[in-house]
Amino acid sequence: MPRAEFWQGNKAVAMGGIDAGCRFFGGYPITPSTEIAEVMAEELPKLGGKFIQMEDEIGGISAAIGASITGKKAMTGTSGPGFSLKQELLGFCYMAELPLVCVDVQRGGPSTGLPTKVSQSDIMQARWGTHGDHATIAYAPSSVRECYDLSVKAFNMAERFRQPVLLMPDEVVGHMRERIVVPDAASLKLVNRKRPSVPPDKFVPYLADDDDIPPMAAFGDGYRWHVTGLTSNDFGFPTNDSLEIEKKITRILRKVDRFRGEIVEFAAESYEDAEILVVSFGCVSRSALRAVRELRSRGVKVGHFRPITIWPFPDAELERIISGSPIKHVIVPELNMGQLFLEIDRAVHGKCETHSRTLLNGELFKPARIMSYIEEVA
Amino acid sequence: MPRDDVMKWVRSQFMPHIWCPGCGHGIIMHAILRALSALGKDPAKTVISSGIGCSSRMPGYIDACTLHTAHGRSLAFATGVKLANPELTVLDVMGDGDCSAIGGNHFIHACRRNIGVCAIVMNNNIYGMTGGQASPTTPVGAFATTAPYGAVDPPFDICNLAIGAGATFVARATIAQPPMCESLIKKGIRHDGFSVIEIMTHCHTQFGRKNKRGRPLDNFNFFKDNSVMKAKSGGMTPEELAGKYVVGELYSSADSEEYTKKYEKIIEKAGR
Repeated sequence: MPRAEFWQGNKAVAMGGIDAGCRFFGGYPITPSTEIAEVMAEELPKLGGKFIQMEDEIGGISAAIGASITGKKAMTGTSGPGFSLKQELLGFCYMAELPLVCVDVQRGGPSTGLPTKVSQSDIMQARWGTHGDHATIAYAPSSVRECYDLSVKAFNMAERFRQPVLLMPDEVVGHMRERIVVPDAASLKLVNRKRPSVPPDKFVPYLADDDDIPPMAAFGDGYRWHVTGLTSNDFGFPTNDSLEIEKKITRILRKVDRFRGEIVEFAAESYEDAEILVVSFGCVSRSALRAVRELRSRGVKVGHFRPITIWPFPDAELERIISGSPIKHVIVPELNMGQLFLEIDRAVHGKCETHSRTLLNGELFKPARIMSYIEEVA
Repeated sequence: MPRDDVMKWVRSQFMPHIWCPGCGHGIIMHAILRALSALGKDPAKTVISSGIGCSSRMPGYIDACTLHTAHGRSLAFATGVKLANPELTVLDVMGDGDCSAIGGNHFIHACRRNIGVCAIVMNNNIYGMTGGQASPTTPVGAFATTAPYGAVDPPFDICNLAIGAGATFVARATIAQPPMCESLIKKGIRHDGFSVIEIMTHCHTQFGRKNKRGRPLDNFNFFKDNSVMKAKSGGMTPEELAGKYVVGELYSSADSEEYTKKYEKIIEKAGR
């Protein structure tokens, strides 16, 4: 039965993960994400799951990856500095094609920065933080309910595509408490990784099906296979053959790209007749929507677009909205120096004027400030 | 050729291996496979984790569930594997760099937790794969490409480090004692807790060429001449023991419960 709760965003992240089947959490305490680990420490053992506080951030993600290889759905959670530390191991997951959910509750940076204050400045680190080409999947919730829903979706996408999925609430969303109607866990549509359909002696661990995604065995279930961060062939063993290298890397990019439609989510409102479009995500979208609705009631033709998927960025979706409406100005308020603006500016293809509005002092955008940005161009 | 029961564990399609002719790592791999075979282990229930470097290539040659992780992180991966599925036999093969430099933190914490993983540290006192740089176990004064005037930093004693951090089975052998390697690895795998077996090996290519041990046999003789059995070492003075490798079972304790068994009790407690 659905039930009403008064939860913090971080708790909803943890509970959504558990309801999606997460049974292992490896992590290390860091503000403002620690509550996720605390909830996992309390809830997982009740379900026979395992929680381990490792000796550092890298250990946390490494243990979670180890658990994933045994067939468990696994999560790690962190914030800015810890997210930096985990980058090499995220790369390992992209290369070895291992499902994992990594939560990054965004705080101010660089370095230790602002542990208890908000920012949205990990957008580009999420995309390019680890070396080498890879396909990033990242979600940015803007409410407690969305923390829950996107935690479920993050696990589904990780299992579906055999790669890490990033869940990136900002500090305000992670720490905000609000009423949430929690769906009945039994009603959730869950995805589990494809299992091999051939016996162990016929198993070729990285031989992909038609969808470019290879079935995944678990250590301990009878299949013997090799997992490595080295560029490998279909058999999972290291290769220096240029054709095999190209085959592997193009496939791990293509497997996500071709199913982009399953991954990408956005929310848009009152854009059909809009002349001004505000594009914002996470906590900023809450202030922006307030501003947009207030000005709409006063007759200003303004709309809102919220990318829920940060990566892949919903560029085609945004461009379609701009092409199909009289939008002349796009305003992008964000809590960084214009990281997502780069993507938005690229997506509009010069069809309208774009305005970056940044705030990087640990504070929120107040609705009045966003209203003034809209009035400046109206 | 190794025995058939040993060859059953080898991915022989990858022979010849990448190690230099005369490398000590093959002696250690052979000892590990004899131990696994003697214990009747099922390759499909045996996980072998490794980090980065020459040592880390070993799992690729073993026909089991093998895991070649990132530099220094093999024990953190192994911890996740064992905790997630305690039924698995988990071995971790590391080099001295993996164990005592980049992965030093994971090493001491795995010791502290007493998780049921058998760690085999292949200590050749050098970073071999990258071309002979000093490691945390390079002896003071020994030459390396990053210690052209002799190593300055005092080396770690990996076994003492493990005992100090709480490992419950700690042993040492050298590649000059293959049967001892096998028997200690067997004990380490059977041990219900975290076990550390340091095996002194050599890199004649990188360490040896700069330190007058350029032939494999020089190293074999060096280890043979400088090994002292644990039982005999008790009667020797510190001066007599200087530069010697005390070999055999150095420490063993059954007082501390294995980590995944302790966690099962947490699950029971949380369920109440």
